[in-house]
Amino acid sequence: MSWIDKVRNSIPFIVKRETPENLWYKCPQCGAMTFLKEFEENQSVCPKCQFHARIGADKRFDQIFDSGVHTPLPAPAVREDPLKFRDTKRYVDRLKAARTATGETDALLNAKGEIEGRRAVVGVQDFAFMGGSMGLAVGAAFVAGVEAAIAEKAPYIIFTAAGGARMQEGILSLMQMPKTTVAIQMLREAGLPYIVVMTDPTTGGVTASYAMLGDVQLAEPGALIGFAGQRVIEQTIREKLPEGFQRSEYLLDHGMLDMVTHRHQLRETLAKLIAYLVPEAIAA
Amino acid sequence: MTFLDFEKPIAELNARVAELRETADAGAIDIEQQVASLEAKADKMLRDTYAKLTPWQKTQVARHAQRPHLRDYIAGFVADFMPLAGDRAFADDKAIIGGLGRIGERRVMVIGHEKGDDTATRLKHNFGMAKPEGYRKAIRLMELADRFRLPVVTLVDTSGAFPGVQAEERGQAEAIARSTETCLQLGVPLIAAIVGEGGSGGAVALAAANRVLMFEHAVYSVISPEGCASILWRTAEKAADAADAMKVTAQDLLKLGVVDRIVPEPLGGAHRAPAVAIAALGAALGEEIDALVALDTATVRQQRRAKFLAVG
Repeated sequence: MSWIDKVRNSIPFIVKRETPENLWYKCPQCGAMTFLKEFEENQSVCPKCQFHARIGADKRFDQIFDSGVHTPLPAPAVREDPLKFRDTKRYVDRLKAARTATGETDALLNAKGEIEGRRAVVGVQDFAFMGGSMGLAVGAAFVAGVEAAIAEKAPYIIFTAAGGARMQEGILSLMQMPKTTVAIQMLREAGLPYIVVMTDPTTGGVTASYAMLGDVQLAEPGALIGFAGQRVIEQTIREKLPEGFQRSEYLLDHGMLDMVTHRHQLRETLAKLIAYLVPEAIAA
Repeated sequence: MTFLDFEKPIAELNARVAELRETADAGAIDIEQQVASLEAKADKMLRDTYAKLTPWQKTQVARHAQRPHLRDYIAGFVADFMPLAGDRAFADDKAIIGGLGRIGERRVMVIGHEKGDDTATRLKHNFGMAKPEGYRKAIRLMELADRFRLPVVTLVDTSGAFPGVQAEERGQAEAIARSTETCLQLGVPLIAAIVGEGGSGGAVALAAANRVLMFEHAVYSVISPEGCASILWRTAEKAADAADAMKVTAQDLLKLGVVDRIVPEPLGGAHRAPAVAIAALGAALGEEIDALVALDTATVRQQRRAKFLAVG
């Protein structure tokens, strides 16, 4: 809301003007205003500064698959709230709120379809669902995604986004690190590629397991990627963090990624990688 | 010995016993009976306290400065230990120590976190918080063991992997992910024991094992109780509540199927009778190795993978 609207709205006798704020996207990086429609047509990337906004599974599938055509894969059922966890709120209530807000059952969704005519199974982690956090549901969905890829003789492509493990599931969330790693080993033994696209943000136990084990590692520009959180590191070393620390470009410089790829080029980059990596005999 | 906060009443009783003894030694009066009764009282109090430690109290026991550390276990039950150093890429991280040795008659590779036990050694071992080079050393040693068919024993005792700029720069996350992957790839048995603190990814990187043992008062969790509390309760003061909610104890983890066997500790915790605790762990590890050593490469790998796929 601009200052003039604030003044206007605070004066009781002036009729409140309904500002069509939802028609505009304000870039959190450069502040530029873009028509929402234009912003979305630009794959949720700011046309002025190329800031890549966080997107969920639906938009990602639409952007990645040929003409957006894809078949969603069912989310495997898991035990809910295995620890009967409660902090200031009950975990079941947090889950309910996240489900209402996102319309999804948990933070990782899979779909199959084609990318430039080549079969692929794609998983997308949605940061909007409890910070994309990895618990039983995410672990089970990851394994299901890999199993679908093996059945389809297709690569598994994962778009990561997570604050880390889901604390409300305690040690069971930590156990998703080895669990998802076993799935990657199964995919590898089936001779199929595992491609990771890291998106903003990818940290904690997710980075320290399946997000760092790709045959090829991609990241979107400017994504925050790391193991430890920046606040924790600052408290440990008691000094300011270097410029660009834990961003995609920094990881590329330090040898942790193969490439940083603009969202506009992701589809063709993935298609090219699949063409190179999936054996012809399998792709046929 | 350092007493923990919740052990204060026991410490007071012990102090009174010591005081009485001094008086008696001075030849004053016969106080044997009084001493015996006080000692019995202190003993009962210790027994009662340790029979129902809360998860947060266990966390403090698991972190006790005088609890045995890796070097004590190695000195206690690993014969002819030959440490091997370095990741062949950057440095030798002394937060993780590993090498060849024998447990009983069996040749093994032993790898674990070392926290250190005074200021100088704590600094040397970085408080048991490993950097990427530590995990890469562990990977190297596990692969070496695999080539020469040596069972691998890991002893986990870390508050977590080191959170620092250089650690991030050198790929802390990648090193942990690869270490976990290597655990799961081994064709030889891997037996892990959570001996103190099992802190998050830095712990699981050495503990994706065929069998996971845990000391009676050790803790193992996805994040420290303080860390969990400061995120979910917005204050580290609520660490005790977080420890309760997260289910961090050996007894809870056995029920959840994350831990396979609990190794009992002497009364009042491993730090009260280190030799007893060390011997108990050595014996338990020996039995576990014996039970797995006959398995062929494919079976041992399959068993481990099936176990982690089934978690949930």
